[in-house]
Amino acid sequence: MLRYLLKRLFFMIPMLLGITLVSFLVIHLTPGEPGVLDVEMNPKVTKEVRERIRAFYGLDKPLHIQYWMWLKRIVKLDFGVSFSTDRRPVIDKIKERLPITIGINLISMFLIFVIGIPIGIYCARYKDTILDKGFTAFVFAGYAAPTFWVALLLMMFFGVYLDILPISGLKSFNYDEFTPFGKAMDLAKHLIMPIFISAFGGLAGISRYMKNSLLEVLRQEYITTAYAKGLPEHVVLKRHALRNALLPVITILGLSVPGLIGGSVIFESIFSIPGMGQLFYMSVMARDYPTIMGILVMGAFLTLLGNLLADIMYALADPRIRIGVG
Amino acid sequence: MRIFKILLLFFPVLILFSCNERRAVSIYEEKGKPAFGDTIITGSIGEPSNLIPILASDSPSHEVASYIYNGLVKYDKNLNIVGSLAESWDISKDNLTITFHLRKGVRWHDGTPFTAHDVMYTYKVIVDPKTPTAYSGDFLLVKEAKVLDDYTFRVTYGRPFASALISWGTAVMPRHLLEGKDISSSPLMRRPIGTGPFKFKEWITGDRVVLTYNSDYFEGRPYIDRYIMRIIPDSATMFLELKQYGIDMMGLTPVQFVRQTDYDKFKKSFNKYQFLSFGYVYLGYNLKHPFFKDKRVRQAISYAIDKREIIEGVLFNQGVEATGPFKPDMWAYNGNVKRYEYNKEKARALLEEAGFTKRKDGILEKKGEPFEFTVLVNQGNTVRIQCAELIQKRLSEIGIKVKIRVIEWASLINEFIDKRNFEAVILGWSIPQDPDIFDIWHSSKQGKKELNFISYENPEVDELLVRARHTLDREIRKRCYFRIQEILAEEQPYTFLFIPYANIAIHKRFKGIEPGPAGLMYNFKDWYVPEAQRRYKTNATLSP
Repeated sequence: MLRYLLKRLFFMIPMLLGITLVSFLVIHLTPGEPGVLDVEMNPKVTKEVRERIRAFYGLDKPLHIQYWMWLKRIVKLDFGVSFSTDRRPVIDKIKERLPITIGINLISMFLIFVIGIPIGIYCARYKDTILDKGFTAFVFAGYAAPTFWVALLLMMFFGVYLDILPISGLKSFNYDEFTPFGKAMDLAKHLIMPIFISAFGGLAGISRYMKNSLLEVLRQEYITTAYAKGLPEHVVLKRHALRNALLPVITILGLSVPGLIGGSVIFESIFSIPGMGQLFYMSVMARDYPTIMGILVMGAFLTLLGNLLADIMYALADPRIRIGVG
Repeated sequence: MRIFKILLLFFPVLILFSCNERRAVSIYEEKGKPAFGDTIITGSIGEPSNLIPILASDSPSHEVASYIYNGLVKYDKNLNIVGSLAESWDISKDNLTITFHLRKGVRWHDGTPFTAHDVMYTYKVIVDPKTPTAYSGDFLLVKEAKVLDDYTFRVTYGRPFASALISWGTAVMPRHLLEGKDISSSPLMRRPIGTGPFKFKEWITGDRVVLTYNSDYFEGRPYIDRYIMRIIPDSATMFLELKQYGIDMMGLTPVQFVRQTDYDKFKKSFNKYQFLSFGYVYLGYNLKHPFFKDKRVRQAISYAIDKREIIEGVLFNQGVEATGPFKPDMWAYNGNVKRYEYNKEKARALLEEAGFTKRKDGILEKKGEPFEFTVLVNQGNTVRIQCAELIQKRLSEIGIKVKIRVIEWASLINEFIDKRNFEAVILGWSIPQDPDIFDIWHSSKQGKKELNFISYENPEVDELLVRARHTLDREIRKRCYFRIQEILAEEQPYTFLFIPYANIAIHKRFKGIEPGPAGLMYNFKDWYVPEAQRRYKTNATLSP
C-alpha cells in the first residue's frame, strides 16, 4: 500500500510539470499584456514608458527563459509577485481570499450532500411517484436555471421588495460596531442567499447519482435474498442496499476536493463576494501571469490529490478493489 | 412532534428575518445648514489596485487616492489651474522655469510636516527608471529640479512646455516614509499616508475601502465624516443596492438614467446629476486604405452618418455630438468648425466626385472594386456595437457595404490596431483636461504601439501641435488648437461621433454638489448633510 502511494505521488511530479508548461504557454499566447500596460487609450502613456514597464516585469525576455525563471521560483514554493499594479505577493492574494471561498463551498457542499442524498434515496425507493417527479423537476430546475437570474430575482424580492436581507457583500458597512452576536447574525444574513444559490445548483448531480446507484443496487440478487429472508424494508435499505450504493458518492467526494478552492465568477460577482473565482477572473483579464499560474498550480495539485484520495478511500471502503492493488 | 422539529429548524431563519432595522424616512428637500457628520457610500465595479497613484493605472485607485493626496496645483470647477499644496508660483520670462511657493504648516496624516523635499522626492521617484509608472512622460522633460528652501521648489525645462504647470498636479508622496525604499513594494500601496482631506482607515480586499475625515486638513475639515467605497463587481447588483440604499452614489447607464429611475420613490430620495464626460467616441479610418486616403470619401461618410439618430437611439439622448477632439465646456474647444449634418445627397455627390459609380446591385465601385469595408468594435461594448449597426444601415443607403466585426479588447488592440490591420474602427479616447493631443495626431507618432494608429499626416497640424505644446501662453495655445480643430473637421480623419454624459445618482441628503466642466467630485470636501437628515450616526466624530 505504502509503495503504491509513493509511486502515485512520484508520478504526480511529471504530471504537474506538464500541466504548468501547457498553462504557461497558453496564457502567454493570449493576446494582451499585464494590467499596468492596459492603459492603451490614454494619450499620456507613451511608447518609451511602455518599454520600461515591460522590462521591469521581465516581459522582454524570451518565453522559455520566463518559464524557467518561474519554475525555479515555484519549486521553492515561491509564487512570485503579482503583475497587477498592486505588486503584492501572489500567495498573499490567494491567502486572503481562500477562507471565504472554502467556507462557502464547505457549507454548500455539506448542504448538497445532506439534502441531495435523502432526495436520491427517496426517489429511488418511490420511483415514478408524483413526489419523485416533483423532486426531479425541482433539482433540475436548480441545475438549469441561470445562477445570475435566480440570484437577481431573489435579491429583488428579499432585498428591495421585502427589504429583509442585504443584497450583496459579506458584512455591513458598520460591522465593527456590532456585538459579537450581531456580527454573527450580520454574516449569516449576508450568506443566506449566496449559499442557497450555490447549493440549489448542485443538488441535481448528487441526488441523481444517488438515485441511479441505489436503483442499480436494488436490482441485485442479494437484495432479493435479503427480502426473502424476511428482513424489514428499512433494514434491507440501510444495511444492505445503501452501503453499496454510497460507494460512487465517495468518488464524487474525492473529486470535489479541487472544487473547494474554485469559486464561480458569476456567483461571486453578483453577490460581490471577494473569493477565488473573482481573483482568477480578474487576473486573467489583467494578464496577471504569476497569479494565474499560482491558482492553476494549486488547482492542478488539488485535482491530482483529490483523485488519489478518492482511490484510497474507495480501496478502504471496498475490499474488492483493495485486492487489485497488489 | 415532527412538525415541531421542522419549526425548530426554521427558528434561526425566523430570527434572522425579524431583527431587521427599519430605516427612518425623512424629507430631504430642505437645504439645511452645513454640519459635520454622516457617511457616504459609493459603489465601484472594479477594486482599487494600488493607492500610490503614480503606480496605478485604474480609475478606482485614482479616485480613492485623490481624496488622500494633494498635488501642488489642481483644477477648479471650470478647469482653471489653482493652487493646492503650492500657495503660488512664478513663471520666468523665458517660460522655462517655474518656482513654486509651498503652503506652510501642512502636515502628513502621520503628523510629519510637509516640505519641498517631499516634492523633490516625488519628482525623483517618478523619473527613476526602476519605478514602474505610466506617468513619467511629462517629468522626463524637466531639465533641473531644485529645492531652494523648505517651502520653495524650482523646476527648469529645456524648452517651454505647455503642460508643465498642471503636470505638478500629480500626488505628492511622503519622502520620510519612502526614501531609500523600493516604492513598488512599499506598504503605502495598501495603507497610504497623504496630506489630503481624508485619511485612510481600512481596506478589506474585494469588499471595501474606508476613509475618515482629516481634521487637520489645510483647507479645513471636510463635512462628511466617512467615505466608503464598496466593491460591487456586477452592475445589476449595484443598481439594486442603490435602490435599497446600500450605496449612496453610483454612475447610471443611459437606460437607468432615463427609464429605470423615473419613478416617485426614487426621485424622493435621489438627485440625478449630469455633466459631459471626459471622453469621445469616434469612427477612425485607416488612412493607408486606398479609398480612405481621399478626403472626400471620409467627408461623404460623415455626411451619411446620422449622429442625432445615434445619440437618440443608442444613448437615449444622454450625449452631445462631437465635432473634434475636445468637449464643448473646455477653453480649447472650437465650436465654429465645419459640421456634418446628416445629408445623403451631399454624401452621394462627394462620392461621385471621388470617382465612385453605382453598380447594378446598388453598391458603389471604383475601378471595378466595390466599396466594402469592415468596422471593428470591441466585445462587450453594446453602445459601440449599436453605433456600428446604425452606421452600417445608413451607409448601405448610399451604396457602401459595411461589415461589423466584434473582437475581444486585447486582441483588437494587439492584433488589429497595433498591426495596422484594420479598415475602420469604432473606439473612444479620453479627453485630457489639459488639451495636449500631440501623441494622437502628430505624424511622428505612427510607430508600433504609438497612438497615431490611423497614420494621419498633416504638416500644418504637426507644426501647430508642436507650437501649442511649447508655449505657456494660453492665447497662443488656444489659437493653435482652434486651427487644429478646423483642419480636423475639414479632413475628417475620424468621424467624431459623440461625447456621452456622465450620469450620477446621489442620495438627496447630500448638499452642496455643483456639477461643472471638471465633473462632480472637485468640491467633495464641501459636500454636507444637514443634521436633521443625517443617516449614519457614526461615532467617528467622537473618536477620529
